[in-house]
Amino acid sequence: MKSEKKIKSVSYAKWGYIFILPFFLTYAIFSVIPLADTIRNSFYEFYYSGLKAIGPNWVGLANYTELLSADLPKYAWNTFVMWILGFIPQIVIALILASWFTDARLKIHGKQFFKVVIYLPNLIMASAFAMLFFALFSNAGPVNNILLRMGVIGEAVRFMESTLGARTLVALMNFLMWFGNTTIMLMAAIMGINPSIFEAAELDGCTHFQKFFRITLPQIKPLLTYTLVTSLIGGLQMFDVPQILTGGQGSPDRTTMTLIMYLNNHLQAKNYGMAGSLSVYLFIISGILCAIVFRMNTDSDPDGSKFAAKRAKAAAKKGGGV
Amino acid sequence: MENKRSHGREILAHVVLIILAFMCLFFFYILIINATRSHAQLQLGFSALPGSSLVTNFKNVINDPAIPILRGVLNSLIVSGCCAAIVTYFSALTAYGIYAYDFRLKKAAFTFIMAILVMPTQVTALGFLRLITNMGMDDSLLPLIIPSIASPAVFYFMHSYMQSSLPKDLIEAARIDGSMEFSTFNRIVLPIMKPAIAVQAIFTFVGSWNNYFIPALVITSKNKQTLPIMIATLRGADYMNFDMGKIYMMITIAIVPIIIIYLLLSKFIVEGVTLGGVKE
Repeated sequence: MKSEKKIKSVSYAKWGYIFILPFFLTYAIFSVIPLADTIRNSFYEFYYSGLKAIGPNWVGLANYTELLSADLPKYAWNTFVMWILGFIPQIVIALILASWFTDARLKIHGKQFFKVVIYLPNLIMASAFAMLFFALFSNAGPVNNILLRMGVIGEAVRFMESTLGARTLVALMNFLMWFGNTTIMLMAAIMGINPSIFEAAELDGCTHFQKFFRITLPQIKPLLTYTLVTSLIGGLQMFDVPQILTGGQGSPDRTTMTLIMYLNNHLQAKNYGMAGSLSVYLFIISGILCAIVFRMNTDSDPDGSKFAAKRAKAAAKKGGGV
Repeated sequence: MENKRSHGREILAHVVLIILAFMCLFFFYILIINATRSHAQLQLGFSALPGSSLVTNFKNVINDPAIPILRGVLNSLIVSGCCAAIVTYFSALTAYGIYAYDFRLKKAAFTFIMAILVMPTQVTALGFLRLITNMGMDDSLLPLIIPSIASPAVFYFMHSYMQSSLPKDLIEAARIDGSMEFSTFNRIVLPIMKPAIAVQAIFTFVGSWNNYFIPALVITSKNKQTLPIMIATLRGADYMNFDMGKIYMMITIAIVPIIIIYLLLSKFIVEGVTLGGVKE
């Protein structure tokens, strides 16, 4: 009986391999081989001068040191500044909205309407959104026009010609695109908190502020960290919005040039050596962030099922409640 | 006292929500209004009321040979549709392989996918471009579709969903009834996975529709461009000589289909966000 069962499970094992084969084959071809090729290129001087190829010549770590001494730190800083300018209002507003939406004592009219509206920008094509902002915030565009007519400003504001203005526009777009998504994620986390904790706190006479800072925040800390890390990864990939808004120039004076825009420039120019070493830098940073996400997803919850089940339950509850 | 204070909070909450909703909608409102106005009207300044050039602008846009926008819509539909179908099917297949079977590398396979869950595709873009050029797939829609067979985040979603909604007894029962492994997946598992597949198909479709970085590097010929690439070429156009009504109309064509899909399925989508564990 026992041996028969063993034979049976062995005979099914091959189906496991067959079913996961397409995924791993595709990943090997389109991600692992390219990664190896990218790393290999990073050690070579290899670019095109006109139609003439220079290289490939082995240069060791020269590309890496050249990047560090050139513009890489500046572009990393730009990326970070624009990310944090968008992320701080995003997480603050999302926390406030999520706690309002989940507060049973607070009667909000049209809750579903607001949820639908704040999530909307997340689905908009970032490049079209950036093009729209470019048109709206141009010197003779509608925003200046409206502000002038309302008498708020005396003359047209040149939004995209100052560092602060251009960076703020990028951050504003990132904020608009992501605060709704974060709100909805945080709502699910808050609804996963055992309601009896809140009830006990209310009986003890806790104020709203105490409930928020002493119960809600500590309880959803894991999801907050998760949001922070995934948002960092998203920020690292920031490209569409500043690329289209500034026409790939990162203007003014390359203060809105992000890391991926820099990579894009090297790729367009077919500078394989520099693109390679820049990619490896990005790979290392992403690898660290991936490791953090991995640990959070697998920690004390080996396959993520509890986390998912909790969220599914919260979502179901919300669906019923609205 | 208590009553009064919560009244104050209620007013504050509504004011803040109205301001945020206004911010989210206002830009799209200007977009739609401006898409209905002619270049000359737009030069006169902003007006809150729609103009009468909606049809003219639309005709101008679709008849512009420099930017074949209808071709772009078609290309984007092909890529996004194929991606949505392939991503959901193969992610469910992979998740089922790991969920339903016991094999030696099961744990290693799961760990590997979890490790690459949020790895950005941009870091391998250089090697990817060189690879598809060597394979003769550059300037084609295929490299925008095929790699999506391996989508770790969707796999994770499907796997979590199976753990909460696909009892293993059911698979066993199908076996006893003589169902082959592959048809068990297609005929029994896929129908059970429908809600998860629908959510992920929408998110994948939208993500693919909006994707700009890789397509812009892969596609070189005009009649293979997807919508985001065409939108980007607008930015490079000579601004002084360009019909602004046309620009607003093109942006409208790029984003309004998604807004319509969203409004039709909004409740479902907003709930899907939290079902989804990880979203890009």
